[in-house]
Amino acid sequence: MSGVDTVQRSRRNAELALLLLALAVAVGANAMTGLHNGTSFEGDFWLQTILLTVASLAVHIVLRFRSKYADPLILPLVVTLNGLGLAMIHRLDTAQTEYGNAQVRWTLLGMALAAAVIWFLRDHRFLRRYTYISLIVSAVLLVMPLVPGLTAGEINGAQVWIRLGPATFQPGEVAKITLAVFFAGYLSTNRDLILLAGRRLGPLQLPRFRDLGPMLAAWLVSIGVLVFQRDLGSSILFFGLFMVMIYVATSRVSWVLIGLTLVAVGGFVAGRIFPHVASRLDSWLNAFSDEVFGRDPGGSYQIVQGLFGMANGGLLGTGLGEGRPDLVPFPHSDMIIAAFGEELGLVGLFAIVLCYGLLITRGFRAALGARDSFGKLLACGLSAAMGLQCFVVIGGVTRLIPLTGLTTPFLAAGGSSLLANWIIVALLLVISNAARRPVDTTPWRPDEAPGHAPTSSTPTAKGRGQRKAIEETRTEAVRIK
Amino acid sequence: MNQAIRNAWIAVASMFALILGSISYVQVIGADELANNPWNNRAILQTFCQDRGAILVAGKPIAQSVESGSDSCEFQRTYPTDPALYAGITGYYSNVFGSTGLENTMNQTLTGQADQLLMDRLRQLFLGQQPKGASVELTIDPEIQALAHSLIPDGQRGSIVVTNPKTGAILAMVSKPSYDPNTVATHDRAAAQEAMGELQKLPGINLNQGVSGPTGGLLAPGSVFKIVDTAAALASGKYTADSTLPNPAEMTLPGSTAKLPNYAGGNCYTRSEASFSFALEQSCNTPFASIALDLGQDAIAKQAAAFGFGEDAGDQLHLDYSPGVFPENLDEAQLAQSAIGQFDVKASPLQIALMTSAIANGGVQMKPTLVRTVRAPDLRVVSEPKPEVLRTSTSPEIARQITEWMSNVVSSGIGTGAAVRGVKVAGKTGTAELGASGLNNSWFTGFAPADDPQVQVTVVMEGVNVQTGAKLTSPSASKIFEAVLKK
Repeated sequence: MSGVDTVQRSRRNAELALLLLALAVAVGANAMTGLHNGTSFEGDFWLQTILLTVASLAVHIVLRFRSKYADPLILPLVVTLNGLGLAMIHRLDTAQTEYGNAQVRWTLLGMALAAAVIWFLRDHRFLRRYTYISLIVSAVLLVMPLVPGLTAGEINGAQVWIRLGPATFQPGEVAKITLAVFFAGYLSTNRDLILLAGRRLGPLQLPRFRDLGPMLAAWLVSIGVLVFQRDLGSSILFFGLFMVMIYVATSRVSWVLIGLTLVAVGGFVAGRIFPHVASRLDSWLNAFSDEVFGRDPGGSYQIVQGLFGMANGGLLGTGLGEGRPDLVPFPHSDMIIAAFGEELGLVGLFAIVLCYGLLITRGFRAALGARDSFGKLLACGLSAAMGLQCFVVIGGVTRLIPLTGLTTPFLAAGGSSLLANWIIVALLLVISNAARRPVDTTPWRPDEAPGHAPTSSTPTAKGRGQRKAIEETRTEAVRIK
Repeated sequence: MNQAIRNAWIAVASMFALILGSISYVQVIGADELANNPWNNRAILQTFCQDRGAILVAGKPIAQSVESGSDSCEFQRTYPTDPALYAGITGYYSNVFGSTGLENTMNQTLTGQADQLLMDRLRQLFLGQQPKGASVELTIDPEIQALAHSLIPDGQRGSIVVTNPKTGAILAMVSKPSYDPNTVATHDRAAAQEAMGELQKLPGINLNQGVSGPTGGLLAPGSVFKIVDTAAALASGKYTADSTLPNPAEMTLPGSTAKLPNYAGGNCYTRSEASFSFALEQSCNTPFASIALDLGQDAIAKQAAAFGFGEDAGDQLHLDYSPGVFPENLDEAQLAQSAIGQFDVKASPLQIALMTSAIANGGVQMKPTLVRTVRAPDLRVVSEPKPEVLRTSTSPEIARQITEWMSNVVSSGIGTGAAVRGVKVAGKTGTAELGASGLNNSWFTGFAPADDPQVQVTVVMEGVNVQTGAKLTSPSASKIFEAVLKK
């Protein structure tokens, strides 16, 4: 089913070399932020460096044990981005704020979660069993911020946070994953039905109304997020995720057209009805009018200051630690791209965008190589969602599209986003491992279906040993070939 | 399915291409436009916390950068020496209100960004030193500056400009009310805002915004403008030094019933005809009104422009300068009033000082100069402006003649208060009425010694009655003449 040639080599040593390069970039950036005032190696610099290095190498070692054929580019790219984010957040910390250390803690937790996912989820198809449970979990996660007692209230205009003890958490970030699992499971099961039933209208194959159900559900979820949580960015993200997955499942352009129509209608109506959407549009289109610039809240001060910062950076940037990204509101989260644009310039920002591009491309590559439609859909959906998220954030900061409150994956300060994205990376690694693993040519025994044994909570020692032996022989066989 | 995955990748890749395009637009193509946006305060902030060069008077800093002790903004601009004396010259340097005065106009030099400091900047860059600006030494004499400042009573609005008429160097330039620029330059934004709010309540305060003070404030010059009439009359050829002028006690303004009387305080009433000497000595109004009506407004306007009315003050002043005004399209009544420095005639104290300096310097106006030297951080002299001619206002003969008459004003006319024992002082007083309030702008402008002028002094006190004006202007000038000539 893959139809894509894959060189079956584990490439773990290449990953290690790239990982060391990534750590050099991250640690180097962190040191450079203090260069201008001689504080490079002060504070928690060494502790942070050691923690980041040890944690990254730990994930690498877990991959060596559990997913030795995983894509070797993904982990180094993510460590680069995460490390650059840490350096910038650390640089933006003032005497009063401690976002840097919090971000280090969340990074370690994210890496631990990723390692755990890689360790315990030896086959991504296991998730397919939880298709509908994922739907329920998604619904619960999305409703949580609205529940009195759980909600952390409205923060910066959006109600997307819940309170967990002393910390706040954004359940929508995790819902991104569970929704992708649901869509992948649902679509891989029902794609034939959706594909074959329905009427033709000229070149368009129209779906049956009942098959439109999930699409309408996705649309309603998106609108619900927009209306009740006032989160335009997540709304676009959820709907884009579903659009990509249904298109990949069916290869039908008609779905995309229907989806775009729904977006256009929804967007137009939302722009008319909801003041928070209208003000976003206004501060995008009329960012440089006196009235909009001075309006607070909901004016264009933030985006215009971000643009000033990026213009100040120009081609080569001011250098890390030498610019004034602190003049932009929320430089460590919403506007971290503007901070990088100012201090690293066009060249640095291009490098960051290319890192994202490469990471997402490797995700798509895993989708191409995956041997099951669930894996293809999941990898494709998660990668496309990350790509869309980058587009919405960077496009918003550069005033290509209206600015929304989405986080920049791995760069921006924020625990929930970091955890969710590390889980996504772990899933992509697991799927890429399945895609790149040597094809097993020996017949499967029914009781050895991949979904079962590897993740079974109480595997017998004997079973595990046996399987390992079998796998090793198979690998040997391939090598000899 | 794989084809669909490839298509999805192409869609994402297209979005990334759009992002790269928009980044290029913001950071390169449209960057200049964003950098020049008036809301963009990054350029100011980028240099705000640097070590700026000092502004010095006789080797002592009147503005300097000191370490603030804070990491986020390393240097604090301070005004350590008699800040209120120099506020009108230095201006302030604030991250809330921007900068004014020399802090603003000499910014490139003080930050080290000026072209002639390129090598210094490169050296600092290579040696990894903190960027440091050049320092600026002024022509101001601190003793004269302090004396002039003390001669304006607190609570009195007024300005004094002391120059060397031969070089154009400004020796003192003060005005009241003044203020302490430290209060506005503080890094404590709230305190700066509060201080500025208080300052803006003071009428006539010179915040170097081109609307008040010795260079920016425009006042009716009154009788000191008669120097312009006299020069115009002599230059026209219609009058000579010996001409006899009509001197009625009052004249009815042409085309109206309003009367223009002679100055009541002098001895004008004793003669119905007057020589130039007598008319200037006693500051009679009607002779000059009749000269203006005779010559026509073009001749007066031309002579006014030759003295600098409506013209700039050259490129060595480095302060916001409001050019004087001689109005156009006057009817005869208005021309007659304008001839005695009333109606819409306006001049800054520095403009009057320039006019007087031209008479003192044989008809040649020198560029008013405030900066003596610019020194690089290593104390090497980067530039040292030479005295330069601004314009020729009148002929040496006419200047000599007017000097003679102005000497009589001080020796035997209504300006005797300006006399200095043993020195021949030339001067002219002026009293410009402020509506019907009974209050005036009281002027004295003059120079000494009359036969070899070393110092020009212009004093104006605003909103005073005749007695106070007479007490605060000519005698103050006398004290300054004495102080400068004693040096």
